[in-house]
Amino acid sequence: MTLTQTATATDPGVIPEAPLLVANDLVKTFGNGVRAVDGVSLQVHRGETVGLVGESGCGKSTTAKMILRLLAPDSGTIRIDDVDLTNLRGKAMRRLRARLQLVPQNPQTSFNPRLSIRSSIDFNLRAHHVARAERGPRVLEALERVGMPAAYAERFPHELSGGQLQRAAIARALVTKPDLIVCDEAVSALDKSIQAQVLNLLFGLQRDLGVAYLFISHDLSVVEHLSDRVVVMYLGRVVEEATSKELWEDPRHPYAEALLSAAPNSGRARIVLSGDPPSPVDPPSGCAFRTRCPVALERCAEARPPLVISEGRHLVACVNQERVSEPVPV
Amino acid sequence: MTVLHPTLDEPDDAVDVHPSAPSAEPVPKVTRKRKRKVSRRRLGWPARIAGGVCALFFLAAIFAPLITPYGPLDGDRSQRLLPFFSGDHLLGTDGQGRDVFTRIVFGARISLMTGLVPVLVAGLIGTTLGLVAGLGGRRTNTGVMRTLDVFYAFPAVLLAIAIAAALGSGASNAIIALSVILIPPIARLAESEVARIRSADFMEAARVSGASFWSIAVRHVLPNAAPAIVVYCTALVGLSIVYAAGLGFLGLGVAPPQAEWGLMVNDLRQFTFSAPAISLVPAVVILIVSVAFNVFGDGLRDLLDVRSETH
Amino acid sequence: MSTPTNVSSGLSSGSIASGTVVAERPTDAAATDVPTLRLTDLRTTFSSRGLKVAAVRGVDLDLRPGEITVLLGESGSGKSVTAKSVMRLYGGYASITGKAELEGRDLLTMSRSEILAVRGADVALVPQDPTAALDPLRRIGAQMIEVLRLHKAVPNKAAAKARALELLDIVGIPDPPRVFRSFPHELSGGMRQRAVIAIAVSCDPKVLIADEPTTALDVTVQAQILDLFLSLVKRLQSAVLLVTHDVGVAREVGDRVGVMYAGRIVEYGPAAEVLDNPRHPYTRALLDSMPTPEVARGDLRSITGQPPVSGQLPPGCAFHPRCPSCFAPCPDVDPELVDAGPGRLAACHLLTAADVPVTLAHSAPGGDR
Repeated sequence: MTLTQTATATDPGVIPEAPLLVANDLVKTFGNGVRAVDGVSLQVHRGETVGLVGESGCGKSTTAKMILRLLAPDSGTIRIDDVDLTNLRGKAMRRLRARLQLVPQNPQTSFNPRLSIRSSIDFNLRAHHVARAERGPRVLEALERVGMPAAYAERFPHELSGGQLQRAAIARALVTKPDLIVCDEAVSALDKSIQAQVLNLLFGLQRDLGVAYLFISHDLSVVEHLSDRVVVMYLGRVVEEATSKELWEDPRHPYAEALLSAAPNSGRARIVLSGDPPSPVDPPSGCAFRTRCPVALERCAEARPPLVISEGRHLVACVNQERVSEPVPV
Repeated sequence: MTVLHPTLDEPDDAVDVHPSAPSAEPVPKVTRKRKRKVSRRRLGWPARIAGGVCALFFLAAIFAPLITPYGPLDGDRSQRLLPFFSGDHLLGTDGQGRDVFTRIVFGARISLMTGLVPVLVAGLIGTTLGLVAGLGGRRTNTGVMRTLDVFYAFPAVLLAIAIAAALGSGASNAIIALSVILIPPIARLAESEVARIRSADFMEAARVSGASFWSIAVRHVLPNAAPAIVVYCTALVGLSIVYAAGLGFLGLGVAPPQAEWGLMVNDLRQFTFSAPAISLVPAVVILIVSVAFNVFGDGLRDLLDVRSETH
Repeated sequence: MSTPTNVSSGLSSGSIASGTVVAERPTDAAATDVPTLRLTDLRTTFSSRGLKVAAVRGVDLDLRPGEITVLLGESGSGKSVTAKSVMRLYGGYASITGKAELEGRDLLTMSRSEILAVRGADVALVPQDPTAALDPLRRIGAQMIEVLRLHKAVPNKAAAKARALELLDIVGIPDPPRVFRSFPHELSGGMRQRAVIAIAVSCDPKVLIADEPTTALDVTVQAQILDLFLSLVKRLQSAVLLVTHDVGVAREVGDRVGVMYAGRIVEYGPAAEVLDNPRHPYTRALLDSMPTPEVARGDLRSITGQPPVSGQLPPGCAFHPRCPSCFAPCPDVDPELVDAGPGRLAACHLLTAADVPVTLAHSAPGGDR
C-alpha cells in the first residue's frame, strides 16, 4: 500500500491527483417507490476525509451502501482508481473489498456475538487468503494501532463497552490495509467523551497510514471537525459541497445554513425551519427544499436547481443567492 | 411507558482500556471468566428430569439384553396376559405370553431410531435448504420455499402414510417417509432464522470483508442459527417417535412379530377390556418419551442463548 | 379553534405563535420560590443476581414552576434512572430511598392507586421515542381522549374531543382534525413527538419529566421541538425536569443544570454559568471534548478511559481515575457538594482545598495516540 500524504485535496491552488473514489450520478429507487438517492456524485482523494452530512432519510447511508456495493445502484458508476466497481462481480469484487472497508454505526451489534474479537478480525484476513502464520501478528498489530491491549482479543462483544467495540471495529476495517474506509455514523452512538477519543484515533490513523475516509454523520460539528471537504445532502440530492472551513464560515445553501445554525456550538442565531422533511416517495416539484426554505422564490418550484460552482470548489444547488443570515467569521 | 429492566440502563462490564497505560491495567484471565458465565446458566429442573428420562431409554435400548432375562420374541402361551409384577414379569405379559417390559426395552431400539434418524437427516437437509434459501437471491428463495410449501399442503401424517405405503413396510422405509415430512418445517425455521441474521449489522461487516458465500454462511450465519434449530429438532424427536409409532400401528413400519411400540399398541388393542392396564403400557411409554424430548428441547433453548445477558 | 371550550386550564385556546403568555397559576415571587418537586437524597439501587448496583447515589434537587432543570450526563450516569425513579417506573426491580415530594406529598411512599392517579396528571412524562410511546393500533385522538377521561380532566366525551383538538393546535400541529384521526405511523417523527407532548400536557401537569425528548429527532426538527418546549413551559408554569446527554440542548433550554456522573450530581447551578464557566473538572472535560472549529483535527481533549461501571465504582471521588486535576484527597474521600458561587454547587476537593489554586487543568489534548 502506498502511504501518500496528500495535502492537495484541501488546497485549491494545486491540481489534485486522480481521485481514489469517483461516484458518478448514483440513483437508487427502492421497491416501495422511495427514491432514496437521486443523482449523487462525489469524489474522495487518497488520504482525504470527505464528510457526508444530512438528516435521516436524506440518502446518505444508501449512498454509502452503494459505494460499498452492499446495494446495487439503479444507474450511475462507481470507480476506485481504474477499477469500475459498478458491474464487478464474484471473485474480482471480493478481492477488491480489501481496499474498501466499513466502520458501522452501532458497535454493540456490528460484531458477531458468537465470535471473539480476534476471530472477527481474523475472518477479514482469511477472506483474503492471508497465511495463518501471518494472520495472528496482523490482528494484534491492528488492535495495537487502535489502542487495545492484546488481551482483549479473546473477549466476546458482550464483554466490551461501546467505545472499546468501536475501536475493535476500526481495527477490523484496518486489518486488510484499505485505501478507503466508509465510516457510517461511526461515532454517533458513543458518549461525547468517548466520541472525542475515537475521532482523535481516526485522525491519527489517517496521518500515519494515509487512509481516506468517507465520513457519514448527521452531526455537523463532528463532520466539520474531521473532514477536509463536506458534502451536504437533502432528500436524495447533494445541495452543497465545499471545504470544511468554507462551509462552516460561509454556507451558501439555505438548508446548510439552517443545519449549521442548529449545531450546538455554531455561535449562530438558530434558524428554525418549519415543518418536517417531505416524503421521498412524493418529493416537491423543483427544488426539494423549497417547502421549508425561508428564502424560497416562485421559480424554485419550476426546475430542480443544478449543482453549480459558486466560487472556487464551492458547489451549491440553489438559484437564490440571498442569504438567510450574515456570514459568521470564525 | 415501559418498565425497563435495570440491566438495560447499565453500561456493560467494561474495564478501562486507555491505551496510554495498557500494561498498568491487569486484564482478567478471559477463559476463567467465560467458564464462570457458562456454569451459571444451568438446565432447569424440568429439563434435567426430562433429559434423564431420555437418557434412561437410550441406555435401556443399548443394553437391552443385559437388563432383561427374556428375548423379545420368547412367548409362553400358558403365561398369557399376566398382570403387573407377576414373578419376573414387571409389566406383565401380552396375548402370546411375551414379557411386555422386554418388548418395550427392545422396542425402544427401533422406536428411538425411527425418532432420531429422520430428525438428523431432515435437520441436515432442512438446514442446508434454509441456508441456501435465506442467503441466496430472491429467485432461489422463491424456488426453494415454494417447493417446500407444496409438501406443507398435505397433512404431514397423511403424507408419511402415503410415502411409507408406496415404499412398502419396513423400518428403513418408515425412516425415509418421516425424513421427508420433517424437512419442510425445519427448512422453514432455518430460513426464517437466516433471514433474521442476514439483516443483522454484523452481516454487513461480514459482506464487506470480501469473504465467500459459504465462508460467511459457516462462520457467521450457522453459529447464530444453530441454537434455534437444535432446540426445534430436539422437540421434533418426540414428534417423530409418535409418527413412527403411528406408522407401526398401521402396519407400515417393521413387520410383526418384531418389537416396536406402535405395533405393540395395535397388538394389545384387543385386550383393552380384558387387560386394560397392560394394553395401555406402550401408549403411556410413547407419551412419556415424546413429552420428555419436548421438555428437554425447551430447556435447551435457555441454555444455548449466549446473548441473554446483553440483550 | 372552531369549538370553544369551557374547560378551565392553564393551557387555554390561542395559537402558540401569538406568543401570549397565559399563566393562571400564581406567579408572585413568594410562590415561585416554593419548589413544586423536591428530591431529597434520592437513591436507586438495582439488585441483580445478589449484586447490588447503586445507579443513583443521593440526588438532591428542587424543581420550581416555570423553570427547566436539566440533568446532563453520559450513558450510565444515572440521569434517566433519576427521572424514572421519581415516577416510580421501576416497580419491584429497584429499591428507591429518599424523598420525592410533590408539593409536600412524597411520591415514593404513596400507595399504588395514588401514584397511578398522579402519573400522567400531576407528573407527566415525555419519553425519548415517540413511536414506542404511542399505541400503533389506535388513532391519536382516541389515545388523547383516553388520558383526558382517565384523569377526569373533562366532563364528557365531546369536551374531551374539543380539548384534544385544542391541545394539538397548541403544540403547533398544522391540521389538528387530520392528526386527531391519524394513526401514529401516518405521522412524521416530529409530529409524533408533538402529539406525545400534547398528551403529556393534557392534564396540566405540575411537573413535566422529559427523558431525552429530542434525541430521536433530526436537528432541524429538534430545534422546533425545543422552541415548543420553551413556550409551553412559560404558558403552563410547570416545573420541568429535562434529561439529556446533549450539552447544546442543555445550554439552549436549561434554566438550571445538574451535571451527573456515576449516580451523583457533581455540579449544579444556572445553566449558562455552569456551561460557560464550569467549576467541576468533569464538566470542564465534557465541554472540552466537544468538537469546535477552533480545535485542530486530532486535538480533541478527550476524557481518558471509560465511565465507571455502577457496580464497581472507584473509591473516593468517582471521577478521580479520569480527572486531569486529581490530587491527594481524591482517591480516598468522595467530595460533598459545596458552595461554588451564587446559586452554584460543585462536588470537588479543588474547591475546599486551601493550598491548591482553584483553576481547572484542561485534559491533555490529543491524549489518545
